[in-house]
Amino acid sequence: MKKHTARIGLLTIALIACIATQGRASALDTFKNETGTIKISGGTAHIPAMKAAAERIMSANPNIQISIAGGGSGVGIKQVGEGLVDIGNSGRTPSDKEVQKYGLNMFKWAIDGVGVVVNPQNAVKAVTSDQLKAIFAGKITNWQQVGGANKDIDLYTRDEASGTREVFWKKALNKGDINPKANVVPSNGAMKTAVASDPYAIGFVSVGHIDATVTPVALDGVIPTLDTVKQGTYKVARGLFSNTKGSPTGLTAKFINYMLSPEGQQIAAQKGFIPVK
Amino acid sequence: MNAEPISRETIAHTIFISAAWLSAGFTLMIFGFMAVLGYPILRDGQLFKMLTGPWSPIHQNYGIWPMIIGTLAIASLGLILAVPLSLGCAILIQVVAPRGFGHLLHKMVHLMTGIPTVIYGFVGIFLLVPLVREIFGHGSGLCILSASLMLALLISPTMILFFAQGLARVPRAYLMAATAMGGTPIQRLVYVMLPNAWRSILAGLILAFGRAVGDTMIALMLAGNAVATPQSLLDSARTLTAHIALVIAADFDSLEFRSLFICGLILYLFTSLATLTMRWMVTNHMQRP
Repeated sequence: MKKHTARIGLLTIALIACIATQGRASALDTFKNETGTIKISGGTAHIPAMKAAAERIMSANPNIQISIAGGGSGVGIKQVGEGLVDIGNSGRTPSDKEVQKYGLNMFKWAIDGVGVVVNPQNAVKAVTSDQLKAIFAGKITNWQQVGGANKDIDLYTRDEASGTREVFWKKALNKGDINPKANVVPSNGAMKTAVASDPYAIGFVSVGHIDATVTPVALDGVIPTLDTVKQGTYKVARGLFSNTKGSPTGLTAKFINYMLSPEGQQIAAQKGFIPVK
Repeated sequence: MNAEPISRETIAHTIFISAAWLSAGFTLMIFGFMAVLGYPILRDGQLFKMLTGPWSPIHQNYGIWPMIIGTLAIASLGLILAVPLSLGCAILIQVVAPRGFGHLLHKMVHLMTGIPTVIYGFVGIFLLVPLVREIFGHGSGLCILSASLMLALLISPTMILFFAQGLARVPRAYLMAATAMGGTPIQRLVYVMLPNAWRSILAGLILAFGRAVGDTMIALMLAGNAVATPQSLLDSARTLTAHIALVIAADFDSLEFRSLFICGLILYLFTSLATLTMRWMVTNHMQRP
């Protein structure tokens, strides 16, 4: 009798294990018997999330090849329109002209918000758009002028290839000048470290990166958080789009559905973006 | 029967000559590679504008002048701070306390040469930058001064080892002769050891200068990387190396990216010029022993 109990116990565990693992891999199952290649190019902000998704798909099914290139939003739209790639990523909506010329379908799978941050010791918690523009242009140089201590403002900005900087420059600064004397840091992480260790610093980070080490600054009364960006009340944000020429079919359609599936949205959230679902 | 040993010699000779030519060839090939890839700029006649203008891609300005000044300022200040420190340490190791503290220092310096540059940068961000900020009261602490201080610390261990080795290689006969004539240890140092160790000191200097000019991480993490031409030691500055690191993510076909090859060429020329100048100084100013 004891022998049988042990065997039944083991079988039950094995059965549960089979069911459990199958349940977890459901999103990748659609790729099971596929072969082929997917060529992706365009915005650089999309690359980390796309790479993570591609790695999962390719390890689940080695017969699928996914190549991801950068080049920027403009390049992505042009290349997908000319049929050079299957998916063209862009950090902006293609213009009506581009949609008409190439017959593009757009799919938004994440939102990237950019918020102004200061050191937690700083008394200034809110600024207006005009004040922000003047601070970054170098016209307001002392914290006292916006309600803080009598200390020079230390500006921090990002390098020119940064998508975060581009959103900030276009939407928050309205394409205004950034003081050439501003310190340049190479990543969101470096920006957080810089602002967290300098009590008189002001900078900007992707909203998904904001944590307890820095304080977000309300812009025109709206504090940058994941919720305000998702609702649309915080305007300094852009959607991350994947565009296809016409309706996507086959492997391309499956990839886009994967990005919009719970697993894909989780990848987007992990990379610091705001999922759309 | 005599043929065998001779052909072995020729084989060895050929191998070594090929190795020498290969390494010299690689060095020239790097120069050629940068010149060829930077050709679109040279062809458009933009070279002068690029070497003397400001950096502002929005306004179509791809000048690297601020970066040239940044590199020169940080490298020179770093060297100026490091050379007396290194010379002093080397003298301590070889002359003043060769069997006590000097021996311990020597071992520690050996360890320091193995520390990766990024560690220095890290330590600089968390310890040096707040210190500089507090001492001077204004500014973010990310400036030429911070970068130069950390750079001096970075290049010192290599220099110390070279200097110490140079001082140690002075023939004992010279030292004994000096002592026999009644020379004190300091007189021995100044009149016998240093002139004889000149070659090693120079080699150490050249190596340190190359490293100072070519270091990326410390400048990237501590100097601030502002695009404006620095006006004072407390201004944020960008070096050619940090510039390459920051712009390399740009679109390959853009003029922005091409300017990086010009940066590389300038760095190459700086180091070559410095090396040639120092070697010229040896042959002209010092008698050969």
